[in-house]
Amino acid sequence: MTITVAIVVTGVLAAAAASLTGAILAVRGQAMLNDAISHGVVLGIAVFYLALGGLPGPWRLVSAAVAALVTVAASEALSASKRVRADAAVALVFPAMFAAGVLLLGLFARDAHVDAHAVLLGEIGFVWLDSVSVFGASVPRAALLLALVFACDVAFYVVARRRLALAAFDPEQAHMQRQRPRLVAQLWLVLTAVTAVAAFDAVGVVLYVAFAIVPAVTGLLVATRLSAVIGVALAAAVAAAALGYPLAVRLDASIGGSMAMCTAVPLAVALLLRSVRARRLRGE
Amino acid sequence: MPDLLAFLGDPTVLIVGAGAVLLGGVAGGLGAFAVLRRQSLLGDAMAHAALPGVVVGYLVSGERSAGPILAGALVSGLAAGLAALHLSRLPRIKSDAALGVSLSLGFALGVVLLTRVQGSAGGHQAGLEAYLFGQAAATLRGDLLWLAGAVVLCTATMVVAWRPAKLTTFDREYAAASQVRVRLVDALLTGVLALTIVLGLRMVGVVLMAALVVAPAVAARQWSSSLLGMVLGGAAIGAGSALSGALISASAPGLATGPLIVVVASAVAGVALLTSRRESQRA
Amino acid sequence: MSAHAAVPALELSGVSVSYGQTHAITDVDLSIPQGTLAAIVGPNGAGKSSLMKAVLGLTSATGDVKVLGKRAAAGRHLVAYVPQRRSVDWDFPATVLDVVLMGLYRELRWWRRIGRGERDRAMQALAEVGMADLARRQITKLSGGQQQRVFLARALVQDADLYLLDEPLAGVDAPSEAALMATLRNLVASGRTVVAVHHDLSTLQAHFDWLAFIHRKVIAAGPLTECLTLENLRSTYGTQLLAVPAVWEATHA
Repeated sequence: MTITVAIVVTGVLAAAAASLTGAILAVRGQAMLNDAISHGVVLGIAVFYLALGGLPGPWRLVSAAVAALVTVAASEALSASKRVRADAAVALVFPAMFAAGVLLLGLFARDAHVDAHAVLLGEIGFVWLDSVSVFGASVPRAALLLALVFACDVAFYVVARRRLALAAFDPEQAHMQRQRPRLVAQLWLVLTAVTAVAAFDAVGVVLYVAFAIVPAVTGLLVATRLSAVIGVALAAAVAAAALGYPLAVRLDASIGGSMAMCTAVPLAVALLLRSVRARRLRGE
Repeated sequence: MPDLLAFLGDPTVLIVGAGAVLLGGVAGGLGAFAVLRRQSLLGDAMAHAALPGVVVGYLVSGERSAGPILAGALVSGLAAGLAALHLSRLPRIKSDAALGVSLSLGFALGVVLLTRVQGSAGGHQAGLEAYLFGQAAATLRGDLLWLAGAVVLCTATMVVAWRPAKLTTFDREYAAASQVRVRLVDALLTGVLALTIVLGLRMVGVVLMAALVVAPAVAARQWSSSLLGMVLGGAAIGAGSALSGALISASAPGLATGPLIVVVASAVAGVALLTSRRESQRA
Repeated sequence: MSAHAAVPALELSGVSVSYGQTHAITDVDLSIPQGTLAAIVGPNGAGKSSLMKAVLGLTSATGDVKVLGKRAAAGRHLVAYVPQRRSVDWDFPATVLDVVLMGLYRELRWWRRIGRGERDRAMQALAEVGMADLARRQITKLSGGQQQRVFLARALVQDADLYLLDEPLAGVDAPSEAALMATLRNLVASGRTVVAVHHDLSTLQAHFDWLAFIHRKVIAAGPLTECLTLENLRSTYGTQLLAVPAVWEATHA
């Protein structure tokens, strides 16, 4: 595939995966965990990189999963100790992990696509450099990874969607029906972290958060059923990624940043729709 | 030893140190209110969303002069805060989701502007990049004046508004019933928080500034039995963390200041939490 | 004690509160005499807190609210408010004494320090509610009943003529309930007026001497002995008909 297509496809896959995992968290009222997890994984990457002297693909995912669970566990433990409020616990844990990760990387890993800039912003413009051949076409490795991760996310969602919905809206009921809401929630967190790390190559940490939160909020503005919210979120995210690339080219600016910024477009449309609907209701 | 003395006597180091103490002090002190009013994440959103304002201010002033950059950061940070507030009033949208939207869109816009400027400007953009993770060594004497002025302003505001702020933070309903202008107090405290965050951007950077507001306050809370104690304790811990982080970073050119300061402050918070003899009962 | 003992402690005329399309209370006329221990009761969503907020000026309301014959700001200075203890996050760095002193903030200019006189007044209020020995305790360590007593002490320190309490006995242990009611009775004995939104119908007769039934409007109001009738209970609690006879039994055992 051409470079442009490679970039757009990677971006779209990152957007789709991020918005799916992010939407579930947003619906559970845990939108900030997206932020926390995506920052926390940097420490995971740094630690595993140093321990293993390098970070091949599968290990990267493992490091992310571990870091995500640690981030959430630490925040919850702090909050449960009653010495810190819940929001302060989150706001304390993930910046600390992120800062430690950035420091470690800066000190010991000043090479190969793990510097602070890339961590924040990603290097989607260069994903095509690392391509493999699939059915004769040259596909970026990052896109393949994202496709795989997205497929896992979708599969898990399809299988567990009722449990996810129940766990989100009525955890007590879920518990009584032996649906193990905690386990489901934790598995979903792991998936989110894995998605975040897979998306880093494409769009970096903070821009991942844009894809995780903004399309989800867009969905919540116009829909109430979980499946509808997710559908809208996915559509919004994909549209943003597709719009973002030509915008970046026009502006000569960061591709990941432009894609993230474009998530504002579906959001604006949703807000407009809402106010039109509200005005019509008031008029009647 | 003589090397250390020479190091500490170096005027650049003195300036950096003074800046760090001022910034860390006011951030740690005000952090008490941010944490008690559950505005930890708001601070984070305002910090990230300040980036577009920073870039615009930089473009307007053409230099790294503090004034326009501060103003730009303040405007865009506050705008993001307001946007989050309005968004959170819509049904099904909780406040942390609204903050997440402001944070990520504001930061994304900033990144787009930043990379665009970098693409065209060429040489001078290293200064801009420093706003991501902070660069203590870049503190100038002129910046100190802004910092000092802002610290005086914040302190004066808190002294005058202390009792209404304390009352509103503890018991909002009672405060309103006592004819305290609760909305005004909210605006003041949020404004002062925004100002502090914006001041710290050059030293700690957009990504991590909010942590300098939260960590010292959390640490101070473990050892304080009064609000004043928490504020003063937070100020001391903030100043100390910022000072250590800034000095280390200034002496080791490869290390960004923001992460260093945050690691120090978080470590202090960690120690405080582990050694805390506090148990609270949530009734 | 007011010179004009005939002036009602609290008088509402045509007071309505609405939030957008919902009418919380409509056209409320209420006149509570001085020196009573009054209870305001009604089912959930009946508008009791809206009523309270209207009196305190916390919400926009139409109609007239007079405290001891005075309107608006002049009237509100005569009122002390005791909110629900649950409305506050008690994870706050302060001692019991600190919280009571907060009741004095209203009268102090920002440069005036808190001195001996103020501290004595606060300690006196704490003694009234039986919490003087806990003055230096951190508020994070208080039980529910103790929290409520601290809030009452904070109101006492204001030396008001009218005390408004929002569900003061909810979730409060027996000793604290006794202490709270004793303090309230002392207040009334000294000529002040106490109005409380009350949640527990079965303790009405034991604690209060005046009653107002509210369900979006005033169903009935007056001295408790006249007002607490099966008919009024039914009219107020409508759908909970089954519960009403049980309460009636309990109150008239």
